[in-house]
Amino acid sequence: MPGTIQSIERAAAILRLLGSAGRPMALAEIAAPLDLARPTVHGILRTLREVGFVDQDRDTGRYALAAGLSRLGSGWDRHDLRSRAMNWADSLAGSAGQEVLLGMPAGSTVELVHHVFRPDGSPQRLRTGEQLPLHASALGKCLLGFAPIAVPRPHELDLQRYTGRTVVAVGMLTEHLATLRHRGWAADVGEYRTGMGGLAAPVRTSGGLVVGVLGVEGPVDELFSGGGTPTPRLVEHLLNAAREISVGLGATR
Amino acid sequence: MTERVVAAIDQGTTSTRCLLFNPAGRMLAVAQREHRQYYPRSGWVEHDAEEIWRNVTRIVPAALRSAGLGPENIVALGIANQRETTVIWDRHTGAPLARAITWQDIRTEGLVAGLVEAGRAELVTELCGLPPATYFAGPRLRWLLDHVPGARAGAEAGDVLFGTMESWLVWQLTGGPDGGRHITDVTNASRTMLMDLRTRQWSPPLLDALGVPGRMLPEIRSNSEVYGTCTTVLPGVPVAGALGDQHAALVGQACFEAGEAKCTYGTGAFLLMNTGPRIARSTHGLIPTVGYVLGDEVRYALEGSIAVTGSLVQWFRDALGMISTAPQIETLAASVPDNGGCYIVPAFSGLYAPRWHPEARGVMVGLTSFITRGHLARAVLEATGWQTREVVDAMNADSGLPVLRLKVDGGMTANHLLMQFVADVLDVPVERPLGSEAVSLGAAYAAGLAVGYWTDLEVLRGNWHRAAAWEPAMDAEVRRRERENWSRAVDRSYGWAPPPAPE
Repeated sequence: MPGTIQSIERAAAILRLLGSAGRPMALAEIAAPLDLARPTVHGILRTLREVGFVDQDRDTGRYALAAGLSRLGSGWDRHDLRSRAMNWADSLAGSAGQEVLLGMPAGSTVELVHHVFRPDGSPQRLRTGEQLPLHASALGKCLLGFAPIAVPRPHELDLQRYTGRTVVAVGMLTEHLATLRHRGWAADVGEYRTGMGGLAAPVRTSGGLVVGVLGVEGPVDELFSGGGTPTPRLVEHLLNAAREISVGLGATR
Repeated sequence: MTERVVAAIDQGTTSTRCLLFNPAGRMLAVAQREHRQYYPRSGWVEHDAEEIWRNVTRIVPAALRSAGLGPENIVALGIANQRETTVIWDRHTGAPLARAITWQDIRTEGLVAGLVEAGRAELVTELCGLPPATYFAGPRLRWLLDHVPGARAGAEAGDVLFGTMESWLVWQLTGGPDGGRHITDVTNASRTMLMDLRTRQWSPPLLDALGVPGRMLPEIRSNSEVYGTCTTVLPGVPVAGALGDQHAALVGQACFEAGEAKCTYGTGAFLLMNTGPRIARSTHGLIPTVGYVLGDEVRYALEGSIAVTGSLVQWFRDALGMISTAPQIETLAASVPDNGGCYIVPAFSGLYAPRWHPEARGVMVGLTSFITRGHLARAVLEATGWQTREVVDAMNADSGLPVLRLKVDGGMTANHLLMQFVADVLDVPVERPLGSEAVSLGAAYAAGLAVGYWTDLEVLRGNWHRAAAWEPAMDAEVRRRERENWSRAVDRSYGWAPPPAPE
């Protein structure tokens, strides 16, 4: 029978101790009651800090449980995500010259938690709270591909037809998902609204877990060339912004 | 082709940042360093000016590195700074004589009460536009002259210099003891209580009233001109722009027409309205101030400051433990449809514009067993909305120019529920620009205009892009009723703290 993993047991004991103390603790205070060597405890604390379970005070060097622990049960708060993504979403809208959307899974849809206007002065309305179909939008397909646990599986979806380009066959949708997982981003070439398309990339937190999707939306003929491939610079801007947001959420580069 | 960019330093309350901007006004890089806050006594808040200068020498190269650029790529440097923070230093050694006294510090309470007692309030307000208050730099300078050994004698002998943070940084950048330029800009000078708002020069009667030797004061210059050339950090680069942070945001938000207003939502909130080439005197508790001076163009502004906005959310998070991060207040507030009849008036250190009740303290009213954390979260956000409404009402009355839309910036603009509420209670659209760095951008604009990087204000206006807009959607009757409730709540905050004794 395989035994327990010692370092995980120790990490759990450290978290319990910090939780019961109710105040920040110094390294020595943590090591003593657990009867562990300080370098051992220090190594575990450093890892716990890197995964966002423990905070260390800059001035005193003391350790405490981090806010990240409370997110374990509930996933990321949508407003935390918006707040962390805002600068990069703005920067993406500026460089792409298109609308920028941030979405999170909501039942069998993707819900917009942030929206940046297309920077051209045209009248626009905030789309925060709008829900998009998973199978017919770039953001939705990106969730299907990269966050399969957070959303229903393709065969459980109602594959409604919105335009002549909507993918309505389970087999073809599954193929699309395999392709987008391989290349790292999703596309919508007018599959939800005729003439309007989008690109989307996953936003990750520590351990690579996908918590949301970042996308640009605009006229199909501005986003894609005649052959249906997006301009390389646009993809680069999108992936870069998604990566920077992810790093801010604790993902490794 | 070599890339040419403008650098901005934003010397703020908790940190100093360096940002680089391209001709489209897009941020290319940012580097930041926090500095220590000193709280030697209750109500005292100090900064180490030398630490802040050291931080500048580190963040500027860091920003250049992150953009892959060198000093030769920088066409000009602009500075925006926390206003009213006061430092005095030795012109021969470059060493500050004491820690800088910051704008939140209220040690001059007795001194200001003394001015009022002596019947000087009217003279002060008539000349500089400001009501005597602990908020401004002049009384702090007086305090330093009275309490720091050697300060007054040194100032009278011409050995000790005074400045707000932009003066200190310009002097250090342009040579320090070795020929550094001792200047201030007109917006920072307008917040000292020492400048005549009409002539935009130091006012002898005010220097007299506060007992400040004129020799120690910097020369007052416009916001956009070459003050000098950097001898260090960015050798050879002209220092060509300086503004107080809120005035910089007015420029960064391209509020160039009379009647255009912006509100920056941070720890506190600052609403400034461009009132054109004339001073708009306030009879509703606002402060007339210099908006900006760019070339020959002089623009005045009305300012209303709200002391507690973001800091109320922080208090809700840290002191009450209701949420674990500030953005989560929106999640909590959205869990209920309305405030349930609960109102919070955050008069933590009195009420500022337009009410000016320093003796008021915070209250929470309308509590019943029905009230949940969600209602409290709503009340916290609504307090910011109603305080904004009071300042806008005062502005409309004083300027005769109705606010038709409000441009917003700052961290709290991430909160859509709050921004919608602001639009609802103001009954005008609220707009957020692309890129929330209005303060730094304004400093960059001032510097870039001075060296011809940008040709005119129209170009800058073209750089402003709407990133989000919130349209008013509240029923007029609901607005009227809620406003009345808020007013009744504020009435209950008055008269709580005992008055300070005059010195």
